[in-house]
Amino acid sequence: MLRLRGVGKRFRNGTEALAGLDLEVEAGEFVSLLGPSGCGKSTLLRMVAGLDAPTSGTLERGLAGGATGQLGFVFQDATLMPWATTLDNAALPLRLAGLAAPNARARARDALRRVGLQGFEGAWPRELSGGMRMRVSLARALVTEPRLLLLDEPFAALDEITRLRLNEDLRALWAEGGLTVLFVTHSVFESAWLSNRVVVLRPRPGRLHADVPIALPEPRTPELRTSAGYNAACRALSAHLSEAMAA
Amino acid sequence: MKRWLERLSPGLVGLAFLAAWEALVRAREIPPYVLPGPLLVLQALRDDGPSLLRSLGFTLTITLQALALATVSGVALAVALTWSRWIERSLFPYAVALQVTPIVSIAPLIIIWVNDPARALLVCAWLVAFFPIVSNTAMGLRSADRNLVDLFALYGASRAQALWRLRLPSALPHFLAGLRISGGLALIGAVVAEFVAGTGGAETGLAFRLLEAGYRLQIPKMFAALLLLSLTGIAIYAGLQALSTWLLRNWHESAVDV
Repeated sequence: MLRLRGVGKRFRNGTEALAGLDLEVEAGEFVSLLGPSGCGKSTLLRMVAGLDAPTSGTLERGLAGGATGQLGFVFQDATLMPWATTLDNAALPLRLAGLAAPNARARARDALRRVGLQGFEGAWPRELSGGMRMRVSLARALVTEPRLLLLDEPFAALDEITRLRLNEDLRALWAEGGLTVLFVTHSVFESAWLSNRVVVLRPRPGRLHADVPIALPEPRTPELRTSAGYNAACRALSAHLSEAMAA
Repeated sequence: MKRWLERLSPGLVGLAFLAAWEALVRAREIPPYVLPGPLLVLQALRDDGPSLLRSLGFTLTITLQALALATVSGVALAVALTWSRWIERSLFPYAVALQVTPIVSIAPLIIIWVNDPARALLVCAWLVAFFPIVSNTAMGLRSADRNLVDLFALYGASRAQALWRLRLPSALPHFLAGLRISGGLALIGAVVAEFVAGTGGAETGLAFRLLEAGYRLQIPKMFAALLLLSLTGIAIYAGLQALSTWLLRNWHESAVDV
């Protein structure tokens, strides 16, 4: 699905955000990018999305034709249009692709149902809680039925309870199949519970530090969070993270 | 009880002020051609009501026409300015130059160039009302959420789609703030221009009534005309405020009921 070879990014002001990064992601994987701030994980995600171009190396995406619609992106903030209802926010990608409103809305309704927001189609963003806004954002990313879903610390601003719920729902959406997920986070616990693989990055400039498979039982359940296996995985990731920050 | 007092307090203050004014005028025996009491102004308003209202209608028509013109041309120019840096560089300095040149100083020229006096007043009022709409709307068009801009790019939105679905809605609260300022300015422009012109042509506006009453030392009538002008200004502002609240009722903080 993704093949990065020696990818580097230097901003115009001279800051080197990423250097010589090699990474491969297979179709159907759930991969987290874990690292302290300044390790270029968001920059990496933007380049994968095509919003930025690498200044060195090559980045191949296994998306046939144009990437439009095959790629969903969820930002750190819900990033909704405040002047549009939940339904119209979720329908936006389809409307931009030229679909007529009734058709786009019907599919947006389905996407909202997938994220558990049926009944809120007519609500305005300001009437929704932070967690619900993030669900609308997820529905919008899923409405085009993308093959690759990119998330940039999507739950970082939410409270613990909401975050855990959304982790579970995201994992369930992925388990439905057909989706490759690249998830940026700075939380060891979140990445361990969610992913099948965690890529730990090192800061200044961002480089690959460790590529850690997470072999926890499927399906991932809330009970898993108190299991010995999960604790061991978190401990291992924390160790990698401390090394990465010391390096 | 307390809430009632709070609601009524602006009216009570106004009444107390009027009563003091009337009392002062009577006690000091100030002649009406210097300062008429409120009762005399009221009487002038009743006697000259029909002609003053006709003039008000004329001034109001000019004002609203100018505001409509300023809205259409202002939004169009703001879109052009934000469409390309090149257009902005080449046009914006002239828009600023127009704005900072006092209207009283260009009004005589406009009145010479434009044959029809009513048209000339319209141009003057439009000139002063135009700039707040341009600069506020342009700022609004540029202040679209960065992430939403990225999102539109991600889904391959055309520039027209981004303008229609993202930039214009983002600019709406800013545009409405500009419109409220422009509403008052359009009225000022219409009045100032008529002062300079000394006539509204076949019809006469409130400014001419003011001048006329001044020449004839009909000071109560002058006050009556002033009162109408200021009420008109307040009405325009309140109308635009209501429009703004209604348009933004569902999503903007400024319009959300507490």
